[in-house]
Amino acid sequence: MTAFTNADSGKSARSDDRVEYLLRLADDRLVLGHRLSEWCGHAPILEEDIALANIALDLIGQANLLLGLAAKIESRGRDADGLAYLRDAIDFRNALLVELPKGDFGVTIVRQLFYAVFAMLQAEALQRSTDQDVAGVAAKAVKEFRYHVRHSADWVLKLGAGTTESHARAQNAVNELWPYTGELFLADDVDRAAAESRFGVDPSEFESSWQSTVRDVLARAGLAIPETAYMQRGGRQGRHTEHLGHMLAEMQIVARSHPGASW
Amino acid sequence: MSAADATRDDIFEILDAVKDPEVPVLSVVELGIVRGARVEGNAVTITVTPTYSGCPAMRVIEEDIRSALLSHGFGVIHVETVYAPAWTTDWLSTEAKQKLEAYGIAPPGPAPRDSLVSLTRSPAAAQRLRCPYCHSLETELRSEFGSTACKAIAYCTKCNQPFEVFKAL
Repeated sequence: MTAFTNADSGKSARSDDRVEYLLRLADDRLVLGHRLSEWCGHAPILEEDIALANIALDLIGQANLLLGLAAKIESRGRDADGLAYLRDAIDFRNALLVELPKGDFGVTIVRQLFYAVFAMLQAEALQRSTDQDVAGVAAKAVKEFRYHVRHSADWVLKLGAGTTESHARAQNAVNELWPYTGELFLADDVDRAAAESRFGVDPSEFESSWQSTVRDVLARAGLAIPETAYMQRGGRQGRHTEHLGHMLAEMQIVARSHPGASW
Repeated sequence: MSAADATRDDIFEILDAVKDPEVPVLSVVELGIVRGARVEGNAVTITVTPTYSGCPAMRVIEEDIRSALLSHGFGVIHVETVYAPAWTTDWLSTEAKQKLEAYGIAPPGPAPRDSLVSLTRSPAAAQRLRCPYCHSLETELRSEFGSTACKAIAYCTKCNQPFEVFKAL
């Protein structure tokens, strides 16, 4: 392991911690971006088909930039595409929340609310990263996530206060996804090292903001938060649900079948 | 002008002929994507910044910048991407906004500055949009996401014409 000195803060963090940290940021975006892209051509209305594809594009674009930064720090000859298409599920560092199947429109929208609020708060904090590239990517991402937050909150309110059917589906989505929200804010040594060197941020720092925003939207939508004690975890350490492997098989098939192909 | 004596302004003038492939009425300079130009001998380094993180036009734009400079005699062209400061629609000039409207895309309002996000449609987006076709203010925002990352979809209830809006970012 190489020692890595952060010239800006004078504090040090191992380069592999930084790569690990960047992979967490990037993989959340890449996996959720792919899940959203599964709606392309299948969304309930044309405007939503376009909206979900646009949000997927923002997420995959951000993932590409972050994987590029990870590849640069890692210096193992891999590029962003290599990291996206040639890693196995066990090497992915996304939270479990984003890899779950897209479900119905209710599941997709409720997950968007949960993730977009988290990602917006995270990006707001990352704008102050001592790493200029991370700060720059975050500054752009903040603007994009504000649109995503508004889009999902708008829809959660509509579904919650809509028909009996839309309310039931939205409530079902909240019940199903809530146990996956705890993992977003679990900090381990990687997060703490990143926060310490001010390369990254400790996600537990913005949990209370997330709770108040999300609870406010759900309350206004007439949706209840399930009483659950157990929160799922493991994605940040590579322990994933079976769903990620299936998703990656589809996402990676072309790159793996035609190594080094270009067009 | 030979490539070696080119100034920053000369380069910007050349790049003002490179149009955004998605919004061909605006050049990459007018859009504010081109952030800088450095000339050393017959080599030139152009700094660009993306509009959106996933903007699929960025690669085409880089290629177009390259070929425009090649055709003006520059031998070595580097296109570097910078992320800070993040691109904002506030960099569009009044003239650029007028061109957008004439092209049928409602120009962006001022970019939101506060860090608070309204949880429903943005106040800026809820502002009366002017129909670029009949100039009526009787319009509705249909979706904050449109045919490209930078556009939203609106509808004019006066002339019954759907139209695009350049999103404030």
